[in-house]
Amino acid sequence: MNNFEYKQAEDIATAINLISEQDNTKFLAGGTNLLDLWKYNLTNPSGLVDINRIHGLAEIKELSNGGVRLGANFKNADTAYHPIIENKYPLLSKAILAGASAQIRNMASNGGNLLQRTRCYYFYDPDVPCNKRNPGSGCPAKEGYNRIHAILGTSDHCIAVFPSDMCVALAALNALVNVEGAEGKRTIAFADFHRLPGDRPDLDNNLKPGELITSIDLPDKGFAQNYSYLKLRDRHSYAFALVSVATALELDGEMIKDARIALGGVAHKPWRSTEAENFLRGKSANESNFAAAADIILQDAKGYGHNDFKIALAKKAIIRNGLMALNPQSQLPGAKPSA
Amino acid sequence: MKNNKTKLTPEEHRLFGDLMPEELEDVLHSGFNRRHFVKLMGLATAGLLASYALGAEQLFARAVEMEDIPNLIPEAIENGVTVNFKVNSTPRNVLVDSRMTLLDTLRERIGLTGSKKGCDHGQCGACTVIVDGHRVLSCLTLAATCQGKSVITIEGLAKDNELNPMQAAFLKHDGFQCGFCTPGQICSAVALMKEAKEGQASFATKKLSTDPKSIILSEEEIAERMSGNICRCGAYPNIVAAIKEAQTGKNVPQNWLFTD
Repeated sequence: MNNFEYKQAEDIATAINLISEQDNTKFLAGGTNLLDLWKYNLTNPSGLVDINRIHGLAEIKELSNGGVRLGANFKNADTAYHPIIENKYPLLSKAILAGASAQIRNMASNGGNLLQRTRCYYFYDPDVPCNKRNPGSGCPAKEGYNRIHAILGTSDHCIAVFPSDMCVALAALNALVNVEGAEGKRTIAFADFHRLPGDRPDLDNNLKPGELITSIDLPDKGFAQNYSYLKLRDRHSYAFALVSVATALELDGEMIKDARIALGGVAHKPWRSTEAENFLRGKSANESNFAAAADIILQDAKGYGHNDFKIALAKKAIIRNGLMALNPQSQLPGAKPSA
Repeated sequence: MKNNKTKLTPEEHRLFGDLMPEELEDVLHSGFNRRHFVKLMGLATAGLLASYALGAEQLFARAVEMEDIPNLIPEAIENGVTVNFKVNSTPRNVLVDSRMTLLDTLRERIGLTGSKKGCDHGQCGACTVIVDGHRVLSCLTLAATCQGKSVITIEGLAKDNELNPMQAAFLKHDGFQCGFCTPGQICSAVALMKEAKEGQASFATKKLSTDPKSIILSEEEIAERMSGNICRCGAYPNIVAAIKEAQTGKNVPQNWLFTD
């Protein structure tokens, strides 16, 4: 656990300046992942810039386009319980509540949630090679114990998964990520925010060095009528997903007008398949169509031994979650069969 | 905290006289300290305190005798941060290393060793404290970020000799075995009561926004909401019973019985 300087920023401009002044400085928000990584010697910041006191980053506000802006410093728990989110974006509330524990949700910020690092055990173990931790050293997970690892979008260099639940819902909702850096502001579509590992698994996302997430925008369409978040894991609560599915449907009677399906626990980023969603548009919302959509989503899925089961599990989860989304009151947490 | 050398109540006097006679003089002379508390926990685990319920409750409510810990000299710290905050309603001013967590500050600098260091990585919940009304993990909180905040630890839950209802319910239901996770469990459960009262949903709640807001917690709800607090002894059924009793205010039967 290296020594670091602790600095506080009262506004965004100061925070960005402080970050650029000193190499290897990091923003500190909730700290739930950063402090854990630092204690394991997986990150060694020379300075931390505390952004918790920046005015205006910790709020939720409605936008003129009908959407909602989530401040980067707004806490995960406060977001899940906010009346606007509960009523208009219940899929997001459900996904947040499926993740972590009450204590961690009280601490973790919305911006920080996007920046979680993988919980791959090889990444966390400094005694073994890992391309994410030490680029070029190798990936022991491919031939190792890979029960929790990815089945989609993997590369020869990395099969780690992205651990967030909240981000699976944000992906399904087509959220936008607003960031600010020394070169100004920009907005990143959620699908473009996180990266696939490719040959640079050390990079989790497309943020430039020194850029700060300031807010996350949710578009007007909240799918409050037909949604479901299903999370399957080794423990009933407080465990990362083996497979999770966020399903949001817009229905016209039995016909699907619009469909969003995002998967967690299966790839280096929340997994969307526009091909499967296009297939569902105009079709009946029934088991066989959800099964066909699942086959499209999983057509290139590849197991690495211990995680082969995830392919079959994901298919069943996509079907079940599609059916639960038809009647959101029927959704139950975890592996229990639906009522 | 020097006022803990108060006289023992008659119930406490009887308890010490019967169960810990060799400690009685010591307690009368120099106050109730950590060693006494640990012994008391042992007796509680062995179920020997049941017939001294009132005396034991009062003793558990007592803050343990602690010496104030002097501030380090600034020269001794490379990246020092001065933090002003409240701990159990007492204003504190401590100079800490920028790396110091709230947990280490409470335990090593303020002398409040009730909050426990279990995993130190946010996985077990033993370090749970209540900051500005919210339960958080003190092992993943830097003390430097606590400027101006109000922290409640297990030591701050009782009022004088009166236990917090959650503490009393944990004693009644034997909501612990070794007791290491207990301070975190109780702080977590106290905050949970407020969350349920405010109608905050969990992943196990069927309807996200409820009306009326207050939620009466089923066993499944309690398990989901307490999942951030691990108990290696597996006292979960008793913990759930204790929280149920504290939340409803109604008598919940104990899961255990004495046998002859």
